[in-house]
Amino acid sequence: MPGLMSRLSLIFKAKFSKALDRAENPNETLDYSYEEQLRQLQNVKRGIADVTTAKKRLELQYTSMQQQVDKLDGQARQALAASREDLAREALTRKAAVQAQLDGIMQQGQQLEAQQQKLIEGERTLQSKVEAFRTQKEVIKAQYSAAEAQVRIGEAATGIGEQMADVGLAVQRAKDKTEQMQARANAIDELTTSGALTDLTSSGDDIDRQLAQLSQGSQVDDELAKMKAELGTGGAPVPKQLEGEEAT
Amino acid sequence: MIVRLLGEGQFRVDDSLLARLNELDAQVEQAVEAGDERALWSGLQALAETVRENGEKLADEDLLPSDAIIPPEDLSLDEARELLQDEGFIPDVPVGS
Repeated sequence: MPGLMSRLSLIFKAKFSKALDRAENPNETLDYSYEEQLRQLQNVKRGIADVTTAKKRLELQYTSMQQQVDKLDGQARQALAASREDLAREALTRKAAVQAQLDGIMQQGQQLEAQQQKLIEGERTLQSKVEAFRTQKEVIKAQYSAAEAQVRIGEAATGIGEQMADVGLAVQRAKDKTEQMQARANAIDELTTSGALTDLTSSGDDIDRQLAQLSQGSQVDDELAKMKAELGTGGAPVPKQLEGEEAT
Repeated sequence: MIVRLLGEGQFRVDDSLLARLNELDAQVEQAVEAGDERALWSGLQALAETVRENGEKLADEDLLPSDAIIPPEDLSLDEARELLQDEGFIPDVPVGS
């Protein structure tokens, strides 16, 4: 079995020699080939736009996942402050699970960033090649005999086809990457919304509720403290009067 | 001869480099067979670096076909296996001739 480099070269050659066998009328072939290149160039541009959109969506999701981590961290602190170490432990366990997925997404995001950069460069190269082909096809039409033109077309079309396949592959790989990231993001959603961690403890839903209660409870405490403080200044005369009455 | 680094572009290298490239290519293949992703990456990286260091990048306007094609450096084991097994790895793009 040949190595990857040899295998890849064979695959490309097989693809393009098939295409070349079909070339019969050089002039028609040239024009058709160019139109086809323009169409493919549009496909590539669309593919890149799709990847960019998917990446932006994932960045938004990433922000909300980070908030989940912060929220679980806060819940753990509250639980500990309320001497509920069991709940704190549960919140931290969830935090760790979300964080692990998040780290994976981060890493894939960096790879995607690099791929996206290459995509943009590849598309620019493709555009230059298509433009060069447009010029070259007129030269071939004007200056070469049919037989010579055939050879020239063969080379030029293969050169373009290669670049097309190269960028096409890069688009496909970037798309696969966004899909993998999306799957991780969905896994986090499940972890944090549907109580998928219920298996970890016998009473996962209950723990969810208790964490929420704890959080609400501390909110109530906070508000109570705030109200007391307000009354402490606003309602000051009343206790003084009472004190006065007691004193007299 | 002309070598394409997928995702990066084409380079013109001296024909004498082919033996070295084939050697590295064989290492890459062994890495895939052994299921060793790190070895796969370092092999692909060595291939790419050999081409970059010894080659001259072709202009964007050049329309020459390549004599050898090297996969991307971050190719996963799964992708490598797919590449060695069937032709599904390269998307079908009509050449238009």
